[in-house]
Formats: sequence, structure tokens, C-alpha cells
Amino acid sequence: MKAEDNELLKEFTSGQIDKLNKIISKHKGKPGSLIPVLEEAQVCLEYLPLSVQKKIAKDLNLPLSRVYGVVTFYSFFTMTPRGKHTVRVCLGTACYVRGGKALSETLQKEFGIREGETTPDRMFTLETIRCLGACGLGPVVVVDEDVHGRVKPSKVKEILAQYS
Amino acid sequence: MSTINLTIDNRKVTAEAGTTILEAARSAGIKIPTLCAWTERNHTPGACRVCMTEVEGQRSLIAACVFPVTEGMVVHTNTEKVRKARKMVVELLLANHPQECNFCVRNGSCELQKVAEFAGLKEVRFDYTQFPKEGMIDRSSPSIVRDSRKCIECHRCVTVCDEVQTVSVLTPANRGSKVKVVPAFDLPLVESNCIACGQCIMVCPVGALYEKDDVDLVWKALQDPKKHVIVQEAPAIRAALGEEFGMPPGSLVTGKMIAALRRLGFDKVFDTNFTADLTIIEEGNELLKRVKEGGTLPMITSCSPGWIKFCEHFYPELLPHLSTCKSPQQMFGALAKTYYAETAGIDPKDIVSVSIMPCTAKKFEAQRPEMNSSGYQDVDYVLTTRELGRMIHEGGIDFVNLPDEDYDAPMGEYTGAATIFGATGGVMEAALRTVYAVVTGENLPSLDITPVRGLEGVKEATVKVGSLGDVKIAVAHGLGNARKLMDLIKEGKGGYAFIEVMCCPGGCIAGGGEPIPTNNEIRVLRSSALYKDDGKVQKNRQSHENESVKKLYEKFLKEPLGHKSHKLLHTKYTKRGTELPHTKDE
Repeated sequence: MKAEDNELLKEFTSGQIDKLNKIISKHKGKPGSLIPVLEEAQVCLEYLPLSVQKKIAKDLNLPLSRVYGVVTFYSFFTMTPRGKHTVRVCLGTACYVRGGKALSETLQKEFGIREGETTPDRMFTLETIRCLGACGLGPVVVVDEDVHGRVKPSKVKEILAQYS
Repeated sequence: MSTINLTIDNRKVTAEAGTTILEAARSAGIKIPTLCAWTERNHTPGACRVCMTEVEGQRSLIAACVFPVTEGMVVHTNTEKVRKARKMVVELLLANHPQECNFCVRNGSCELQKVAEFAGLKEVRFDYTQFPKEGMIDRSSPSIVRDSRKCIECHRCVTVCDEVQTVSVLTPANRGSKVKVVPAFDLPLVESNCIACGQCIMVCPVGALYEKDDVDLVWKALQDPKKHVIVQEAPAIRAALGEEFGMPPGSLVTGKMIAALRRLGFDKVFDTNFTADLTIIEEGNELLKRVKEGGTLPMITSCSPGWIKFCEHFYPELLPHLSTCKSPQQMFGALAKTYYAETAGIDPKDIVSVSIMPCTAKKFEAQRPEMNSSGYQDVDYVLTTRELGRMIHEGGIDFVNLPDEDYDAPMGEYTGAATIFGATGGVMEAALRTVYAVVTGENLPSLDITPVRGLEGVKEATVKVGSLGDVKIAVAHGLGNARKLMDLIKEGKGGYAFIEVMCCPGGCIAGGGEPIPTNNEIRVLRSSALYKDDGKVQKNRQSHENESVKKLYEKFLKEPLGHKSHKLLHTKYTKRGTELPHTKDE
């Protein structure tokens, strides 16, 4: 392992870094290699912080600014770790008027994070979405694949307790 | 190339296949306003939508800057529909732009203002965006301020940084309404690889990028009766300053510039050209020493601080190739607080040394920690040509009608060799004149070394220099061109003995601190003003003929490359690492 990988070891295992090196060498030198490398790297590392982008820039001989530009352009890429569970609050029109906004605020308070962020213990990532087509159940909160309907702010804690 | 026939505004127009409506219209003398386009570099992202035209048979309006002409096409640039759409586009741009025109640095040279005027805008019907008070202006760099509020997302700065200078610091980040031009990770500019060249400023259509303004600090020094404030001006200033007062590009205004500086209250008006001549003596001798003693070759010039920082970031392994000579600005600074202080009997702590530069990187250079060999910061304040222009306006001086005045002694005399430092190839030409004379004891058959002049990106020549035989030299301007030479050196190719690099395309006359607009036409005009100064105005055209420099060696420095020179006139460079590389592929 190269010395420059030390920065990566703070956030990732040596197994993950080995994989990243393999991903890079697989694509290196081919035109348009940046996006496939980022895509596979994110699958392997779950997120793409500065240390990872620096390494990819260096190994693919690209300016860091270009890597950063691409990562921030595509919503698929994330620069912060994802939680074990993803909590999505619907803020579509129907859910919004039936209390979705209050739900989102309660969750932000409960987690101590803002929309799009992940709790420090990496259990939950909070997102908002626009209409799931389940307006009859509004306001809706989706945790991973489970849809919870008619959620009141007071029930939030109870729902979250099901996930660990 | 096949020719296309089309009609624009009821006029028959011919254009080459593959050209855009915009190009075809322009060559026919029909004006279509643009904002994001930077046609000199073929940068037409089609982003601003100001150049809307109506094309018969097309469902919607067409952006002229990106739409290619086709046979029989009928274009209208000035219909009710076009004018309405253009107004709307400009209104929306203005609604999302700070309402600070009155005191914006680009007031009067702003392209958005001009487009608003063209569109006949009389009101903005939308609510103006309220920008947060803090967090959108990056003042971290000693050279360049980035004001994201004013950015209109034309991305010209990204193109110049990435494609012309190959520094690639700036990038568009995010997408949609959240797009923002930033350094990677939105880091402050000072923490990026920015080399402070300011070419981004030169292409910015609005006031989103500008030099860090030090005018008030200089006013303060001038007002302080205890301070002895002296000033030096780079060669490129005299070839461009007139433009700030409506004079045509290429006006040589040396005498008026000196007069203006005296009226602003500077105690002594000296010239960077004096130390440009000195640089040639030191650098010429350094080159000869390297050739004779088998030192690192090719030797590369070190006058351009943007180039130096670029080399430190991207080619740290080539730093031994750089001449150890400080730039003329810094040589001047070191001598001002030693030699001049001694000669004039002034305590160096009371001297405030100001320099007027065509350059934003010079602000950074003056603040480099090693640039204090006089025991003080050698150069206290650096102002760009534009800042000096603003100061003269503020001082109520009628620049155009000033009489010509002359420099003060002992640091004001210069030769034609010094003045051409401001144009690409100039340092090389000046050095060859003196090196040839030192080696052969005679003058070059012709002092005009034309192969190193002009705007060709990389220029080469071979000059026979007496006992040294054929000396192969190269000149590059713009860092993309410098990169080509550096890659050759890394491969051990080229066979050059001496290379001149200037950071900015065209050299200092088109530096990041020069008047806006700057384009190739203006580059040529400003350069010819300097070649006129060299060929027609100055009686001496070789640095070693400068009497004041001779006196400086006699009374103070003793000899070129001597002990005092080493201490005051030469410097070291810093490896800055290449963790953010640049690519040729992708």
C-alpha cells in the first residue's frame, strides 16, 4: 500500500482501499474513465469524501476540480456517509398540507441534523421527497422500503424504534 | 470548405459551412448581443440566452452562438418576439444580480450593463434576489477576490483557467439553480493551486472576479507625513494606463504616468525598468556561469510570479532550472530599502515601497515570506494598472492633458532592453543583447531579435553567440504553452540553453492587472508601444549601457553574482506539491 493511502485509512479499511486501487487500475488510461471509477468507488466505499476524490484525481491524472465538478453534478454521488437506514419524508402537496412539514421538522430535531444529512452514529439519513403517489395515506414517511402512513409527529419516536 | 447562403435580417449573407449564426451575422456587420460567449477562445456554452434569434421554420427561438448556419436559412435578429425574449432574459439575469452597479469595480466596463442597454431595458419587473450578507465573497487570496453573488455562470473563467493556463482550479459545481463556480470542495482560493495570474478577471464579463484592492492602504501611506513613499512601475503600465482614461490602446504614456504619480503625492517616482536592466546583468551572468560550469540547463526566466508559482505546484522537479534571480519588482524592493535608503540617508523603516504592476500575482509575490532581504518587507504594496487608474480618477487628475515628466534618480534610468520585458519574448531579447555583448565584446549585428516577438504560443530561435557557438532558445507565454516546454525538458528533449516563460498570454501587457478589455488586437497594440519605446524613444537599447546600473555596481553591489547580489537579488523556490494534477487525457 502506498503512503498516500494513509489519509484514506482514517475512513476506510485496507480491504476497501485495495478494491479502490483495483477499480482505478481497471479503468485507468481509457477515455471517459472518471464516471465509471466514481460509480464503482461509491459502491465499494459508500461515499466519496475529499480523500477519495484526491486519490482518484491523482491516479487518473485529472484536476481535482473536475472530479469535484462531476461528483457534485450527479445526484447519485454523495460526499458524506449514508446511514444504515434512509428516512424519507414526503413533502408533496397532499402530505405537505396534512402535516409533512411538521414531520420533517420533528425528524430534524430528533436526529439533530438537517435534510440530506446523516446522524453522527450513521444510523439514519434524512431526505425529503416529492409525492410517492400515496396521497391517501398522507403524511407519509418511508423508512428504507417500509411506508408509514398518517404519521403524527408524536408517533415518530415509536416508528424509529423499530429500526436499529 | 463549402459556402452557405442564408438571409439575416432580409440581407443575403454567405458564410462557411460549420460557422454559427453569430459568426455569420458578425462578419456581415449585424450585431447580436452576447454575454457568455468568448469567441476568441471558441467558448460558446449557449448558457446566457442573450443571443436569441428567430429562425424561420424553427419552433422556438435559437441561440445564435451555438446554432450552425444551413443553406437557405432565414434569420431575424430584431423581431418583436426576439426583443421581448431578450429583455426577459436580461431582466431575469439582473433580478438575480446584486444591485451594486454604482460602486462595482466593473462599473463602466461591465458586459451585463452593456447588454441591458442593448436590450433597451427600462425596468426589472421581478423581485431582486436578496443575497446573504456573508459567505459569498472569497477574499482569502492576496491577489484575487471572488464574488459569487455577481457570477452569471458564463464559465469563461473556468475555460481560461483550465484550457489556457492549464491550472484547472475553477470548476462549475452542483447543477441546476445551485450551480456555482468554485475551486474544488469550495475551498478558499488561497488553499487551492491558484497561481494568482488573474486571467479569470480578464475574461469575467461582470464584477464576480477582481483584484484585491490595496488603493486605500496606499492613500493612507501617502497621507502619513512620517513616511517616505516611493513608487516603481512595470514596463507594461506605460503601454496600457492611457486606456483607463479613454486613450486608444497602444498609447505610450510614460511621461504622463510619472506626472500623475507625482501629483498623487509619491515622494520619488522610480522605475521597475531600472531593475529590469539589473536583472539582465545578473541573469545574463548566471546563464554564462551555468554554461561554463556545467550548471542546470536550460535556464528558465523567473520574472513572472504566476509562472513561478505554477512551476512550484506542477513541476517542482524542474525548480533547479529556474534562474535564481528575483523578479525586477523584488530586486527593486530589496534595493529601495538598502541602496536607496543609504544613498538618500533615509531610515528604511520609514520607506514605503509601492509598485504598480500589470499583474495580480505580483501582490502574492510581494508577500512571499522570503521577500524581506532588506530586513523589511521589500515591497509594501502592489497596485494593478486598473487600481492606479482608479486612484488617478479619485485624485481628480486630468490624465490625458498632463505634461510629460521624467523619472527621479538614482533608480529611474532605463534602456530599451528593459522596457520590452513587458511583452512576450522581451526578456529573452534583452538577455541575448547583453549576453552576446559580454561574450563577444561586440553588439549583435541587429538588436532586433524578431523571431522571439509576436503572439505565437511557443517561439524558438538559434543564435550564434561567439565562442559559445549556437545557442538554442525558446519562449513561451500562457502556461498551457509553458507546459509543452516543461514536458519536453522532463523528457530530456529540446536541447535549449535558455527559456523565457511569461505566465499570461502575450506577456505582462496582457497581465491580470491590465485594463479591461484585453484581446489579441489590444495585445499587439500594447506590445508595439513597448517596441516603439525600445526602438525609437530610448537612446540606449542594451541593459549593460544603463549608467545608473553601472553606478549601482560601482558604489554598492561591486560585481554581478557577488556577495551582495546573492543576498539581495537572488532567491529560492518552494516545492508546493502536485496533489492536484492536470491532465492531457479525458
